Amino acid sequence: MSNSNQFAATFLQEAGEQLALIEEIILDVEQNPQDDESINRLFRVFHTIKGSGAMFGFDQVAGFTHHIENVLDKVRNHLVPISKELVNVILASKDQISRMLWGSDGRDVAQEDFRPQLIARLNALLPQGNASSQPVTATAAPEQAAPTAASAAPAAYRILFSPEPGILARGLDPASLIADLRALGPCVIVAKTDAVPPLDQLKPDQCALSWEVTLTSDCGMDAIRDVFIFVQDDSKIVVEALPPHEDSVGTSSAVAPVKASPDQIPAASTPSFSVVKGGKASPASGKSSAVHKNSSTDGSVRVPSERLDRLVNLLGELVINQSRLAQVASRLDTPELSAPTEDLERLVSEFRDIVLGIRMMPIGTTFSRFKRLVHDLSDELGKEIDLITEGAETELDKTVIDQLGDPLVHLIRNSIDHGISKPEERIEKGKPRHGTIRLSASHEGAHVAIRIEDDGKGIDKEAVRAKAIEKKLISPDAVLSDRELFNLIFLPGFSTAKAVTSVSGRGVGMDVVKRQIDALRGSVEVSSAPGQGTSITLTLPLTLAIIDGLLVEVNREQFIIPMAMVTENVELAANQRAGRNGRNLLVVRGEQIPYLRLREIFSITGSEQDVERVVIVNYCGNRVGLVVDRVLGSHQTVIQSLGRLYQTIEVASGATIMGDGRVALILDVPGLVHYTDTARLAA
Amino acid sequence: MSVESIKETAQYITFKLGDELFAINVGQVREVLDLSLITKVPTAPSYMRGVVNVRGSAIPVVDLRLKFGLPRVKDSVQTRIIVLELELDGEGLVLGGLADSVHEVIELEPGQINEPPRIGMRWKTELIQGMGKRGEQFIIILDIAKVFSMDDLIKLEATQQSSVENNKPELAPAS
Repeated sequence: MSNSNQFAATFLQEAGEQLALIEEIILDVEQNPQDDESINRLFRVFHTIKGSGAMFGFDQVAGFTHHIENVLDKVRNHLVPISKELVNVILASKDQISRMLWGSDGRDVAQEDFRPQLIARLNALLPQGNASSQPVTATAAPEQAAPTAASAAPAAYRILFSPEPGILARGLDPASLIADLRALGPCVIVAKTDAVPPLDQLKPDQCALSWEVTLTSDCGMDAIRDVFIFVQDDSKIVVEALPPHEDSVGTSSAVAPVKASPDQIPAASTPSFSVVKGGKASPASGKSSAVHKNSSTDGSVRVPSERLDRLVNLLGELVINQSRLAQVASRLDTPELSAPTEDLERLVSEFRDIVLGIRMMPIGTTFSRFKRLVHDLSDELGKEIDLITEGAETELDKTVIDQLGDPLVHLIRNSIDHGISKPEERIEKGKPRHGTIRLSASHEGAHVAIRIEDDGKGIDKEAVRAKAIEKKLISPDAVLSDRELFNLIFLPGFSTAKAVTSVSGRGVGMDVVKRQIDALRGSVEVSSAPGQGTSITLTLPLTLAIIDGLLVEVNREQFIIPMAMVTENVELAANQRAGRNGRNLLVVRGEQIPYLRLREIFSITGSEQDVERVVIVNYCGNRVGLVVDRVLGSHQTVIQSLGRLYQTIEVASGATIMGDGRVALILDVPGLVHYTDTARLAA
Repeated sequence: MSVESIKETAQYITFKLGDELFAINVGQVREVLDLSLITKVPTAPSYMRGVVNVRGSAIPVVDLRLKFGLPRVKDSVQTRIIVLELELDGEGLVLGGLADSVHEVIELEPGQINEPPRIGMRWKTELIQGMGKRGEQFIIILDIAKVFSMDDLIKLEATQQSSVENNKPELAPAS
């Protein structure tokens, strides 16, 4: 890959992030129109896309973005009000930019080009008399852009530009920056060569030149500063306003008030500023640059996710080998060996937490795309819906987050389409006009609970029942609890919507959701009250790779119970079992707890213990006891899939390799309970 | 895959289930292991023997005798796990097949391989790529990927005839 391709790829990657940011900000703006800072951020983001787009040869994108920038400029100066149309046209423009950058998935690009319409819509937003004077393109034809942009009187500026020596290696060309300056107005450019080393020491890939430019322009300080937006972090840039009618270059102390021009951020009225590497920027630029600075400045590093996956795989092997070593050490019982082994165990455990922590991402990254979904869909369906998100900072393994998007889209679509009624209907029912969907995430032990709640009409139990009978999923006289009834909606081919809409109702939604959540070893719970709304809770494991487990044994066969589910363990004597009268119930501190004997369920033979142990686990709010022979202790468990040959097995969710090389199964508690229930029903 | 698909001389690994000699193309065999401790997976069908640790990975083990409808026998010192690498529906699948004994790697030319006879076979002919001959001994060349992909993976692939035939003698050695 050539250098310029590489830079273009970086640009595309960053542009993707910027576009996502646009969506987030504009939807915030819609809700809080008073927030000037958001508009400023939005302006900056578009400006960054325009500037970097032009720099990497995406001139059409830059030209188009310029129109948006024009409108936003008026918005931030309160000349154009924030309206629904503004929000919609900006969202549509954002989509247009994505299409221009990434194409339209092999479809005819020309057909997808809505630029003329969008530009017309943008111009329509501008105050009268102003629209006609807008330049057609900005960076693509900079000569035109300069004179018309603002009405302030021309002023003189002195600009010192000393690029950092490595600027060329970053794919930036100082000459193009100088050319951009020239586009702003007439300038006198002096190249300074005093830092250029003798010929034998000259490195052709290092830039030793610096420039002093005297520019006369009416563009304002910000426009000049914007030219250097990509180099200001590393290069030394000084921009000063010269007093009027003074062309002398040497007056470094010159401070002259610049007439406020519309291009300026309202807060940035400081007449002179400088951005030096590591130096403090002015408050206004500090705030805004936080948005466009790339990740290198806040000390984070971009790493391909495959490398992280490999790291996690290696970690898994390390954990297995560490536990093998620990087992050998405990058998040999020599202090020389056990001391370093214990140290190793501590290190590996810390290492595990850190490596798994690297893959943790705040779930908020997926939340932001739902704002757009709710906005677009509620518009389309003529509904008024607010999306409230909570717990966006809750962290989850990246692989889980990646696979969570689709199920959440389905569920939110369902809430919008089936759950929340039109405003008129809602008012009739005495509810507020605006429907609310609450999307929240929170930690619950080693799980993350994601809840989608709406205040809509709730699930019609009778309709579900009738549909289930019609589809022969249940018999007409079946007695079902609410929970069982709601779980029917996750069966394939089930949909209660009377008409198929573009949104949902094809009956493919909920069973796909269930399958995807199952694949993540999670669970789905539905609760609903008629007229009050529906709440769907997804419970997901924090990570898919390694869990803490409790190692138990039944007649020399070892099993792992996920530690996150374990609450306590108690004894069960043989005589307690005998007196149960066919009911597997155990009384712990006054509470009756049903228990399952693994020995019976798994048909394990061999001598029975006089006193067995009951591991009490908490699952979906129920407490269930699992009866085993012995509890051996906690075990760091690297989860391996049992593979497709065992995909129908309910009672185990995976396997793990023990220190002695044996394979132990990881019990799937909900699956185990379900299996026992069905086995009992069949009997 | 039928006998016509065999166009080149290839190497096959031979193994025995009961008295029958079978062969699998070596391209599908990763390694042959001595029997190690197999962890049973409760509630699985009986021909799924469990999972075994092959250098840090848990690999499912299928009892080929039971998969082919032959009676269960006790594991012996001759019992081997043939680790197979198959491709099913575009997905890779690694699994162990339990064989009574593994013999040798042989080379067979296309001319040495015949169509499987249409009658008198105990197994569905689509599982069999062809019949090799080595001296007086017939070798059944298996399309092993098909053995694990036909119908439902969990289902016994042997024909009804053979399972009826084999259910009776099973009682004798087991008791």
